[in-house]
Amino acid sequence: MPGLERFRNFSIVAHVDHGKSTLADRILELTGAVDPRDMRAQYLDSMDLERERGITIKAQNVRLHWADHVLHLIDTPGHVDFGYEVSRSLAACEGALLLVDASQGIEAQTLANCYLALEHDLTIVAALNKIDLPAAEPDRVASEIEHVLGIPADEILRISAKTGEGVPELLDALVARVPPPTGDVDAPLQALIFDSIYDAYRGVVSSVRVFNGSIGSGARLRYVQAKENHDAEEIGVRLPVPTPVAALGPGEVGYLIAGIKDVGQARVGETVTTAAHPGEALPGYLDPKPMVFCGLYPVDGDEYAELREALEKLRLNDSSFTYEPETSGALGFGFRCGFLGLLHMEIVRERLEREYDLSLVATAPNVEYQLELVDGRVEIVDNPSAMPTPNEIASIEEPFVTVTVLTPTEYIGAIMELCQQRRGDMTRMEYLSEERVELVYVLPLAEIVMDFFDQLKSRTKGYASLDYEPLGYRASNLSKVDVLLNNVPVDAFSTIVHRDRAYAYGKRMTEKLRELIPRQLFDVPIQAAVGGRIIARETVKAKRKDVIAKCYGGDISRKRKLLERQKEGKKRMKQIGRVEVPQEAFVAALRLDD
Amino acid sequence: MSRSRTATVPATGVYVHIPFCAARCDYCDFATWTDRAHLVDAYVDACVLDLHRRALTPVDTVFFGGGTPSLLAAPQLTAILDAIPRVADAEVTVECNPDSVDVDKLRAYVDAGVNRVSFGVQSMHAHVLLALGRTHDPDNVARAVDAARAAGVDRLNLDLIYGTPGETLDDWSTTLDAALALGPDHVSAYALTVEPGTPLGKAVAAGERVAPDDDDQATKYELADGRLATAGLPWYEVSNWARPGEECRHNLLYWHGGDYTAIGCAAHGATALADGGRRRWWNVRTPERYVDAVTTGGSTEAGDEILTATDAAGEAAVLELRTATGIKLPLPAADPSRVVSWLDDLAAAGLLERAGPIGRERVVLTRRGRLLGNEVAARLLRALEAPRATAGTQ
Repeated sequence: MPGLERFRNFSIVAHVDHGKSTLADRILELTGAVDPRDMRAQYLDSMDLERERGITIKAQNVRLHWADHVLHLIDTPGHVDFGYEVSRSLAACEGALLLVDASQGIEAQTLANCYLALEHDLTIVAALNKIDLPAAEPDRVASEIEHVLGIPADEILRISAKTGEGVPELLDALVARVPPPTGDVDAPLQALIFDSIYDAYRGVVSSVRVFNGSIGSGARLRYVQAKENHDAEEIGVRLPVPTPVAALGPGEVGYLIAGIKDVGQARVGETVTTAAHPGEALPGYLDPKPMVFCGLYPVDGDEYAELREALEKLRLNDSSFTYEPETSGALGFGFRCGFLGLLHMEIVRERLEREYDLSLVATAPNVEYQLELVDGRVEIVDNPSAMPTPNEIASIEEPFVTVTVLTPTEYIGAIMELCQQRRGDMTRMEYLSEERVELVYVLPLAEIVMDFFDQLKSRTKGYASLDYEPLGYRASNLSKVDVLLNNVPVDAFSTIVHRDRAYAYGKRMTEKLRELIPRQLFDVPIQAAVGGRIIARETVKAKRKDVIAKCYGGDISRKRKLLERQKEGKKRMKQIGRVEVPQEAFVAALRLDD
Repeated sequence: MSRSRTATVPATGVYVHIPFCAARCDYCDFATWTDRAHLVDAYVDACVLDLHRRALTPVDTVFFGGGTPSLLAAPQLTAILDAIPRVADAEVTVECNPDSVDVDKLRAYVDAGVNRVSFGVQSMHAHVLLALGRTHDPDNVARAVDAARAAGVDRLNLDLIYGTPGETLDDWSTTLDAALALGPDHVSAYALTVEPGTPLGKAVAAGERVAPDDDDQATKYELADGRLATAGLPWYEVSNWARPGEECRHNLLYWHGGDYTAIGCAAHGATALADGGRRRWWNVRTPERYVDAVTTGGSTEAGDEILTATDAAGEAAVLELRTATGIKLPLPAADPSRVVSWLDDLAAAGLLERAGPIGRERVVLTRRGRLLGNEVAARLLRALEAPRATAGTQ
């Protein structure tokens, strides 16, 4: 067992597409951790979803050997929704490898994560990747990094993760520059959980970093935040093949299996100590707090039980989303779910559909509102259909965020226009270099969860990057818009929008529904209303004819089958008052965006 | 079993399919061919042989449909008809194209036993006929009707199509007037229906032609229903109007659960089963395969389906609902209260009405109900079902 001075713990901080996974692959090869025959691209991204989207959702770690040293590489989640997870991964390290695409420059989240690393007193080793590309501008990007982070340009390494050029030198630099961990092996155990996954066979497998003391197989462990004791069943390191070890000491990173069935019992940020000699909780633990909410419903009502089971199982793996049963007149039985952010919502939904073979419909995402009622009570509302009537409400506050956008200067106008449309206030604008600028806005979170990312991407051809952090609640002039079908509100379409946007929403939804709702035996008015006031109206005219013209000998079987289908279709209809609507119509109305 | 001439339930019939046409209409999805004239003799022989083998007991009705049965020369039609044993007053209908008949041929048909002719008129406007891909000249219709009368055809039906895109309400109105001026005792009027796979269906799918409009067709249906009833031809089925007593008995047999034998390719037959169920069967689709099946002594059937007594009862209700006699109450429902609410709901919506004396009450579609016949029928089938827990409840 090498001494502490031989350990180096580092994370890779990089933007999506800047080559983090490719670099991790090269490092695995160079250090001999993975046999070339077993090598596959994006080795550490184990989920299909991670490979496909090119993002890392779960933190991974691997123990490597390089030049007589033991390196622990911790692969951090690469998205703004997982800022807290990133901060815990960084807390497990002494160094951070800042990886920037030499053809693109530093991106907003990377910068935010770098600041986070600096706050944790991590040593940053910067490297420019993709120097083999013709479009690479290493000098410009290096001076940009020097300008924004104060890292001298001549200390920034230049590599190609693709070809492997400069990667050995990078590993050497990590060994030389990142300080070794410190810790007292005789002190009470303090180990930080920076990731937990649920394995169907082993239960929860946590990634841990030991700060003080040592964690041994068979030990009676105390999970400080969860206030639970568990026995350490297996302790090991990932080489990257999981390999059991007898114990992990200070500065070491590895995995821990303790017979836990629910990742909520071994959350990211949890401190593990021993029951016999408990140590102090490590700083920085936070309960995950959902920011974005939506209703999730099975497209086929018969799949409700399957959805509930899938949510239960998925939550074993991801304790940061919440769900509770909800009933919708339009969509039937489903769940109101809370997520860390929009991407988190998409990931959960995609995993439910893919891993559990469900077909789901999601209501429009919304944030959590704080209401002060006229009678002085305060109410928290995370579901627009639960919003009290306007005359009961004294004021509504909604969450705001500070948004940082890094962009090539040519898109400043487009971004300012977008932010203004979304009720944004600019607080800062700073040129990072002649070509790149940092814009800081205060925006309501609700505006971000709609389609802000997509809009930003399309308006800047994908060149702008974005990061945001919560700023707290502020009063806003908000309205709840209801959509009524034949005078009956359709809960799934209730939404809360800024007063200026109520009409546009109402008009869009009523028009959409008019196209999607089949004609009934009577005229069906579709209205959008704020309070009692109708702001938009469409009518689905009564159906006049559906009978088939011919019904002779050869037509009878066909007609019977047609009617059987029509009859079966009726069973799947949702009844909104007297109106029969196929659930697909509601699903389509929720899916179609603009 | 009743064999009366009144328009009640005929017992048995024969449908003969003649799958040959001079030209194909754009909307037609029937089994018919324009390039098989060389097969006609063999086909007629096969029909005759098939009929002899079946050794039917005398039937009440015979219907030659197509295709274009009037493409058959008189001896060919006679040969087939002679092979069908019939009761004394059997109804024998032949569908005729106004272009392919003359007095001589029709007189020979009458001599062979034909007593009812159905002319495919469709529209009295050349531009509408063109849009349908029909070849006949509207003036031929009057000539054909005169020829039929001269030949001694007792009963005459005119087939009309409404709602062709490009047909104005006035076009339809004048078509109805012109048709009625010819003095038919029976009119069938069909909403133009776009069938997939037809030239019209393909053109609509490709966006080259517009689809018929339901609202336009509803308006034209209402116009026709009023105009025909005023002329003394009340409706007796969704798409059929007749002078009382002149209803097509062969068609009534389809709607009131009669048995019918299928002769010729692609023809459908039906037979009541002892347990109250029903067997429906259909012949091979092409004339070649039909001829082959008959001459080699094999079965002409391409497939069949067996309906349980419950399914057959549901189907019977749905078919009878299309007729002016309607359906008899009470219905054989698993849960009678569901039928009552079906009836009450749709009566309140103006789609159904009760008719007949207490104890022998019937439910009949209103004019609006006829237009929404599928909706009414689908709800009826639902009401006839045993109640089941609805989806989503736990």
